[in-house]
Amino acid sequence: MAVNAIDVTDLTIAYKDKPVLWDVDMEVPSGTLMAIVGPNGAGKTTMIKSILGLIKPAAGQVLVYGKPYAEQRHLVGYVPQRGSVDWDFPTSVLDVVMMGRYGALGWLKRPGASERVAALDALDKVGMKSFAERQISQLSGGQQQRVFLARALVQDAQLYFMDEPFQGVDATTERAIVTLLQELRSAGKTVVVVHHDLQTVPEYFDWVTMLNVRRIACGPVSEVFTDNNLRKAYGGKVAFLSAENGKH
Amino acid sequence: MSAQIEIMLIASIVAVACTLPGVFLVLRRMAMMSDAISHTVLLGIVIAFFITKSLTSPLLLVGAALMGVITVSLVELLNRTRLVREDAAIGLVFPAIFSVAVILISRFAGDVHLDTDAVLLGELAFAPFNRFKLFGLDFGPEALYTTGGILALNLIFVIVFYKELKLATFDPALAAALGFLPTVIHYALMTLVSLTAVGSFDAVGSVLVVAFMIAPPAAAYLLTDRLSRMLVYSALIGVFSAVSGYWLAYFLDASIAGSMATMTGASFLISYLFAPERGLLAQARRRQNQRIEFALTMLTMHIANHTAAQEAEIENEVVHLNEHLKWTPQFAMEVVGIAERNDLVTQRNGVLTLTESGLRRASQEFNN
Repeated sequence: MAVNAIDVTDLTIAYKDKPVLWDVDMEVPSGTLMAIVGPNGAGKTTMIKSILGLIKPAAGQVLVYGKPYAEQRHLVGYVPQRGSVDWDFPTSVLDVVMMGRYGALGWLKRPGASERVAALDALDKVGMKSFAERQISQLSGGQQQRVFLARALVQDAQLYFMDEPFQGVDATTERAIVTLLQELRSAGKTVVVVHHDLQTVPEYFDWVTMLNVRRIACGPVSEVFTDNNLRKAYGGKVAFLSAENGKH
Repeated sequence: MSAQIEIMLIASIVAVACTLPGVFLVLRRMAMMSDAISHTVLLGIVIAFFITKSLTSPLLLVGAALMGVITVSLVELLNRTRLVREDAAIGLVFPAIFSVAVILISRFAGDVHLDTDAVLLGELAFAPFNRFKLFGLDFGPEALYTTGGILALNLIFVIVFYKELKLATFDPALAAALGFLPTVIHYALMTLVSLTAVGSFDAVGSVLVVAFMIAPPAAAYLLTDRLSRMLVYSALIGVFSAVSGYWLAYFLDASIAGSMATMTGASFLISYLFAPERGLLAQARRRQNQRIEFALTMLTMHIANHTAAQEAEIENEVVHLNEHLKWTPQFAMEVVGIAERNDLVTQRNGVLTLTESGLRRASQEFNN
């Protein structure tokens, strides 16, 4: 049996005495495109951050391709929320994309010509090559997201985490991003996306984890993305969805 | 070397040494931390002095650096309780630590060369009197070596860890995920700020340390959009402020440190007003241009809308534009003038008609 891309067991995370994630299990097979959905405060971002070792869990274990994250860094790419950085920072688009290569370079080594080529290549893939020399503050929201995506692409990872990549982007960019994510999956990579728009889950993703502090469900979209589970995750607030998901 | 040149040289070295970590403080929105650290290091010095009974012991530097890190930790601790915001936390921590140091000095060290005036304003004018002598030879003022050492340290740190500093400042989350330990980098930077503050303020005083750390980077931030250039410009602005400040003090017969600090402020003001892209004047000019561009488009569309009808005669009369487009007569005349010069409209008997390029502009706008 192939090893899972992610194995989360009994993960519990608390801020002070308030649990953010409670005894969560999650298994993500390699080669899936997975959405993490759940209401605000359900712990979606916390989940990603704890897998990446950015938040220390109170209890539980996280394995990435069967080993602790610290040993597997080089296999993992990360796209934080667009709003988490200062877009007025004095740097160029190309420079931001090259930051994706820093992990492979390690301490002290400087990015050179090959990093530049990789970054330009990635920018080309997201349709932003002509913006390479632009100051990042001149980008629109959708362009910022594409730059972040390009930065993840140059990481050349096996497993990608993306925190709300569709937030505040226009329809064209959303389509472009989805196509790119599906290409990554076709290339055998695993992609985990914190997602907000329930309507598009069946169309974009093949695997889904539904969270609300506890794990509600985790599995193939066709099996677990049900009205019943949605109601469990969101309370009674998703009645409007039953029309789209009437197959059960 | 004459005393004048020595003073300017020391001040310039301090300026560059301060701007290097200062750039990262400004980009991390931690400018006020420099103010806090440059004062609280005094307590570290005082305590280290009580232990060693010497004002020249290197332990003083260690004590100062430790106190700087403690200051940052305390501010972050307070901030993390979410009961106090960061700016208030700085305002709480720094006077508390500083005042303890002041009390200790006034109570127990009254007879030592450790007075609070010197801490705040420095003794730049006396720096050349303190010579570094070896085997009876004069190797120049001592301050030249302490500040030079600090400059070298900062320069090496920024050059060696440039990539790591940039990533940890721009995107700490990615830095952590990639294993670049942004917290360690953060505290290394804070230690450097503390060492810079303590190594410099003996020469120039803490007010000038803060001025050098913040004003040149803030000015450089408006002049460029590349980090490497921001570092270079900050250093140049720092040196300019130091040298011009010296001459300002010379001609006014005033405090040297005060004049230099004033010049850092003046440098920032110049950049704030005249920076080619982001300065106040450039912004105002851009807004004015946008206003005119928009008015020209409105004018062409207005005329295009009313060409066919008989009303053209009335609607497109220059004197009626102010009614239809809600422009003042003055502004209407100005816009029409510009439109004519740009070959967008022609005027006959006070009635406007579109030229070909004016027509193109109007229809482009419709298709958008």
